[in-house]
Amino acid sequence: MNYGPLLFLGVFLTLASSWCGLVLIPQLQLWKSGGLEAVKLEKTGEFYPPMRSGLAEHGREVYRANGCIYCHSQQVRPKGFGGDFLRNWGQRRSVGRDYLRDKPVMLGTMRTGPDLTNISLRQPSASWHMLHLYNPQITSPGSIMPPFRFLFETRKIRRMRSPDALDLKPPFAPPPGYEVVPKPEAQLLVDYLLSLRAVTPLPETE
Amino acid sequence: MSTPNSPSMLQALSPSDSGELEQRRVLFAEIDASCRLPVLLLFVSGLTWLLIGTVLAILASWKMHNPGFLADWAWLTFGRVRPAHLNAMVYGFASESAIGISLWLMCRLCRVPLLYQWIIMLAAVFWNLGVLIGVAGILAGDSTGIEWLEIPSYASPILFFSYALIGVWGIITFRFRRQPHLYVSQWYLFAALFWFPWLYSAANIMLVLAPVRGTVQAAVNWWFAHNVLGLWFTPIGLAAIYYFIPKVIGRPIHSYYLSMLGFWSLALFYNWNGMHHLVGGPMPAWLITVSIVASVMMTIPVVTVAINHHLTMAGHFRKMKYSPTLRFMVFGGMSYTVASLTGVLMALRSVSEVTHFTHNTIGHAHVGMYAFFTMVVFGSVYYIVPRLTRREWPSAGLISLHFWAAALGMFLYITALSVGGVFEGLAMDNPDIPFLDVVKGTLPYLRIRTGAAFLLAIGHTAFLINFVWILARLWRPYRQATPMIIAATQPESGPIKP
Ligand code: HEC
Repeated sequence: MNYGPLLFLGVFLTLASSWCGLVLIPQLQLWKSGGLEAVKLEKTGEFYPPMRSGLAEHGREVYRANGCIYCHSQQVRPKGFGGDFLRNWGQRRSVGRDYLRDKPVMLGTMRTGPDLTNISLRQPSASWHMLHLYNPQITSPGSIMPPFRFLFETRKIRRMRSPDALDLKPPFAPPPGYEVVPKPEAQLLVDYLLSLRAVTPLPETE
Repeated sequence: MSTPNSPSMLQALSPSDSGELEQRRVLFAEIDASCRLPVLLLFVSGLTWLLIGTVLAILASWKMHNPGFLADWAWLTFGRVRPAHLNAMVYGFASESAIGISLWLMCRLCRVPLLYQWIIMLAAVFWNLGVLIGVAGILAGDSTGIEWLEIPSYASPILFFSYALIGVWGIITFRFRRQPHLYVSQWYLFAALFWFPWLYSAANIMLVLAPVRGTVQAAVNWWFAHNVLGLWFTPIGLAAIYYFIPKVIGRPIHSYYLSMLGFWSLALFYNWNGMHHLVGGPMPAWLITVSIVASVMMTIPVVTVAINHHLTMAGHFRKMKYSPTLRFMVFGGMSYTVASLTGVLMALRSVSEVTHFTHNTIGHAHVGMYAFFTMVVFGSVYYIVPRLTRREWPSAGLISLHFWAAALGMFLYITALSVGGVFEGLAMDNPDIPFLDVVKGTLPYLRIRTGAAFLLAIGHTAFLINFVWILARLWRPYRQATPMIIAATQPESGPIKP
C-alpha cells in the first residue's frame, strides 16, 4: 500500500461515515420526528420541558463549574435495566426531550453518588440541601461527597442571626458569636437542584 | 538480519549494499539533528505536564477517600481537580509526546529532515500555552462541563491552531517523502494526523461554540471522546510499536497482510464505537446497537495486531531484558490487547448494566491511556532521546525503576478498580443495599488506587531525573560514537536500521 491518495481517501471516508452515522443522522432523526421541539401537554396546556427559572439556570452553572457531574449522573435507565427504578431514582426512563433546554447536556458517566434526575422529588427541602452541601457528614455520615464550604460564609453575627443561617449543631457548629450563611452560589445551586425532576408522562415514555 | 517474508518488507528493512548503508547513516544523523530542538521541546514540556498531571491525580485520588482534605478552596475541589488531571494528561503530556514521536517517526520513515523547525517550536509553545490556560481555566471554574472537552472556549482555539501548524507540517513531510515505500507506521501516523483536527474542531463547534440541541450533544461528546483514544492515541501508539519492535530486535514485521487488515479494520470500526458509553441512556436504541456491534467488531483489528506483534517477537522475548524500549513496547502492546478485549465486553448491554457508572470504567480508561499508550510513549522516548542528544541515558537503574514502578503501579490500579467496580455495580443494582453502604464498599479499592498512584509517581520521578541528567550532559563534550543502549540491543552493532 504505497499510494498516498488511496490512503487519504480511506482515512477520510471511514471517519466521514461515523460522523454522518453517529452525529448527523441522529440530529436529522430527532429533528424530523419533532424530538427537538417542546411539546404542549394535553392535560395542562403547558409546554414540556418547562423553562427553568433564571436562578436555577445560574445554579446549573455552579453545578457545571464544580464538577458535580464527575460523581452524579442525570439519566434514569429503563425499567428492569440496572437498579435505577428499584432505587426510586425515577418513575419513568429519561428520554431525549427531557434535555432539550440543557446546554451543555450533563448526562454524566459516574454514579459515585446517586442519580440526580429527580432529586427535587426525593429531597424537596432546601435546608437539607444547604446542610448537605456545607458538609455531607451532617446529613449522610460516611459519605465521600466533598464538603462545599467555599459556597458558604462564616461571619460574625451582627445585630441578629440571619434567617438564612444554617442550623448547625456541634461538632459542625461555628464558634459562638458566628454564623454560617450560604453565598449566592449556594442559593442558586439549591434552586437548580430543586428544579430537577423529569416525571411528566410523554408520548414516547408510554 | 533474519529472513523477511514479504518483498516489500525486504525493501523496507534490509539495506541492499553497504554504500547505501553509509548514506543512510548520514541521512539519519541529519534527520535527528533537524528534529533535535522541536522534538526535545515537545518531550520536555510533555514530561512537565506528566508531573503536573500526576500531582493532580494524587490529589483527586486522595480526596476521593478523604473528602475533607483541602476542601476549603474552590479551585481544589474534587470536581475541578479531576478534569484538570485528565486534560493535563491528555492534551499536555500524551498529545505533546505523541506529536514529538510522530514527527520524528515521520521524518525517519519518509527519509526527509524536518524543515523550518521554528514553526514546530512555535506551535509547541502555543500548544503549551493553550493547555496551561485551559487547565487553569478548569481550576478556576470555567470548565465547559463536557467530558474530555473541558478546556474552556477561550483556550481551545489556541490548541486548534497550534495543532494545525503541526498537523500540516506532518502531512507536508509525508507528501515530500523520499522513500516511496510506505511502512505500516506511516499509515497510522498519516491517519492520526488527519483525524485529530477533524474530531477536535467538529466536537468543539458542535458542543461549545454553537451547541446542537438536546441529547445529540451526548452523541457528539462520545463520538469525540472515544475517538480521541481510538483515532489519535491508538494509531500513534501502534505506529510506534510497529516501528520499534522490528527495529530493536532486528527483524521485520511478521506479516504485511495482517498489518493491512489490522489498519483498515481499525479505521473502519473504531470510529463507530463511541455510543457504547451511553448504553441505557436517553438515546435512540439503534444508535447504541450500532456502536455495540462496532465494538464487537473491534476484535478483528485487535487480534490481528496482537498476532502480528506476537509472531514478530516470537523467539526474541529475551531481548526485553536488555532493551528498555522493547520492554515498554511489549508491555504497551499487550495492554492494547487487554484494553480492547475488555472494552468489547464492557460494551455489551448485560455487562454495561453493571459496570457503567462505576469505577470499573475509570480502571478501563487507564488500561488504554496508561498501560498501553503511556508505556509506549516511555519506550519511544527512551529510544529517541539518545539519538537526538547523542548522549547515553545516564542511569540504567533509573530506567528499571521507572519500568517496574509503572508496571506494578498499573497492575494494582487496574486490578483494584476493575474488581472494585464490578462489586460496586452489583451492589448498586441491588436496592436492598443502602446507597451509603455501596459507597463505603468502594473505599478499600479507592485507597489501593491512591497507593498505585504513588507508585506511578515514583516511576515518573525516576524518569524525570534521568531526563534532566541526560540534558545536563549536553553541556559536556560528546564522546561515545554509538550509545550503549543501541550497542546492547542491536544484534549487529553499527548503523541504525530503518
Ligand atoms: C466525590 C464525588 C461527589 C461529588 C464531586 C459530588 N457528590 Fe453529591 N454525592 C456523592 C455521594 C457519595 C453521595 C451519597 C451520600 C450523600 O448523601 O452524601 C452524594 C449525594 C448527593 C445528593 C443527595 C442525593 C440523594 O439521593 O439523597 C445530592 C443532592 C448531591 N450529592 C449533590 C451534589 C452536588 C450539587 C454536587 C456538586 C456541587 C455534588 N453532589 C458533588 C458524591 C459526590
